[in-house]
Amino acid sequence: MPDVALVAEDARRHFRAARGVVAPALIFAAFALVPLLAAWAGQKYLLDVAARMMVLAIAAVALDLLVGYGGLISFGHAAFVGLGAYAVGILSAEGISDALVSLPVAIAVSMLFAWLTGIVCLRTRGAYFIMITLAFGQMIYFVATSLERYGGDNGLSVAARNTVAGWPLLKTDHAFYYFTLACLIAAYLFCRALVVSRFGRVLRGGRENATRMATIGFKVRQFRLVAYVIAGALGGLSGFLLANLTEFVAPTYMSWQQSGELLVMVILGGVGTLDGAIIGSVVYVIAEEWLSGVIENWQVIFGPFLVLVVLFAHGGLIGLRRRLWRFGHG
Amino acid sequence: MSGTLVLVQILNGLQFGVLLFLIAAGLTLVFGVMNFINLAHGVQYMLGAYLAVAFYGVVGNFLAALILALVAALAFGLLLEFLIFRHLYDRDHLDQVIATFGIILFLNHAVKMIWGAAPLALPMPDFFTGSISLMGGQLYPVWRLVVIGAGLAVAAILYLLVSSTRIGMLVRAGSTNAAMVSALGVNIQRLFMIVFGFGTMLAGFAGIMIAPIISVEPGMGDNILILAFVVIVIGGIGSIRGAFVAALLIGLVDTLGRSFSIDILRLMLSPSPARMAGPAIASMLIYVLMAVVLYVRPTGLFPARGR
Repeated sequence: MPDVALVAEDARRHFRAARGVVAPALIFAAFALVPLLAAWAGQKYLLDVAARMMVLAIAAVALDLLVGYGGLISFGHAAFVGLGAYAVGILSAEGISDALVSLPVAIAVSMLFAWLTGIVCLRTRGAYFIMITLAFGQMIYFVATSLERYGGDNGLSVAARNTVAGWPLLKTDHAFYYFTLACLIAAYLFCRALVVSRFGRVLRGGRENATRMATIGFKVRQFRLVAYVIAGALGGLSGFLLANLTEFVAPTYMSWQQSGELLVMVILGGVGTLDGAIIGSVVYVIAEEWLSGVIENWQVIFGPFLVLVVLFAHGGLIGLRRRLWRFGHG
Repeated sequence: MSGTLVLVQILNGLQFGVLLFLIAAGLTLVFGVMNFINLAHGVQYMLGAYLAVAFYGVVGNFLAALILALVAALAFGLLLEFLIFRHLYDRDHLDQVIATFGIILFLNHAVKMIWGAAPLALPMPDFFTGSISLMGGQLYPVWRLVVIGAGLAVAAILYLLVSSTRIGMLVRAGSTNAAMVSALGVNIQRLFMIVFGFGTMLAGFAGIMIAPIISVEPGMGDNILILAFVVIVIGGIGSIRGAFVAALLIGLVDTLGRSFSIDILRLMLSPSPARMAGPAIASMLIYVLMAVVLYVRPTGLFPARGR
């Protein structure tokens, strides 16, 4: 009998490990095939939509790192995205449009902001943390609207997509699309590696019981700050891509609604799974594209849908699927 | 930067602070007693203003519109509490944030569908339309003074309610330990409903009172909600007194900062960079203030006892 149980446990573990690889592999393969599909259907806009999904997914994966593994509900994540985008926009307005400059600057600016605000935010816990990240996000939003030189409320357009060392490598939509996909895969693998590392285990330990972690000698706040800065860096990367995708930068990129939407993506897919953040971004963008075609103020449908998800589908779509799976297997 | 101009801006700052207090008071009570983050508090403020405009269109009298709108705002708030919020009190903050975010999305756009995206106006009562002259002959609109007076009156009533009535005692006890209050035989569900309804009405009242001097438009509650969060974070979550002090502080700092930042910077910089940096610095002031307060006192200026 014990042997059977062991074998079953072993098989289950293999299955689980396989599923951990299969799901993301399927998602990335699907993304890789979108340009073919778009060319076949003759619908170029599919490419734009999928690119937007991936750009948002990078930010959402970083947010899931904070929310799902660190237990840090950040409501100011769009600020990092917006800062990255503004770095591209402002540099371009000042005549510098090479990715070798703007990408490091975009990431560095977001990291710096994450570090400075993280020092203050992470002194607090729970509800305070939510409100303070929200407030700092709003601060950056208002600073952006007050930059008359760079478009103020209206934002500014980016003259042309960034070059790479003077070469227009990202010029075509396909090249940019696959570059974005590569960034998403890299960001995902990085976060995946991070959460199973020692660092990730300390982060998760702090989420479960910060006092206990402190007692056994970990400076939980330092770990959280590093995670916050990493999330900021990935947010900056997402912002760099967003500015290059839309060739436009505006304060709305860092509005608190945008932060809320990123949180919604994480929730929709299922918190603390990383795959879920990508699925959530895909679902969110599809819902937006589809519903806004049905009704102009599509949020009047999406809003109540969110309430229903929270009230009845605990654990997001992945959780719902798992529950259905369990239901189907007795 | 003449003396009267400073006085005018101080009055504006007070008026803004009082408005913030009306919103923050409900937010901090609801959070203090129920441990519930209600992002939808800002749309209650917006709804108050819209309902007042709608009722004014029907009855044509400000006072009647005010009362009807307050009642309607309260009814709507209690309906939301009954249908949704009640089921979120013992959920984690993430669930509360997402569900109330969904309500914001819904209400902001429902309002847009019903009343249109264009800003609406609510006429103020005839009796208060004029201005009075301050020293130096500067005119100041009477309605702003009425808002200040009404806000201070509400603050006083609230103070009396919380400090010396039975229900206030329960609120104070609830914000220290709600489970214990429930164990002692108090109907905690009813207490939650009263507190929530009261907070909703305060936000609605703020929306109605400010409607005559601002444009009533979809999303008007969003930015003020975040400022109310800043207020209760600085004041200490759950503390009415903290909310009052912090609201006036934020109102004054923000208003004076926006009015005089360029002038002050000009003392140190040449005019052109001062004009550029002034607005950016002014918009950051209150957040920097918040950061400083939190760095020194992570639980705010007047943390409610027991947490």
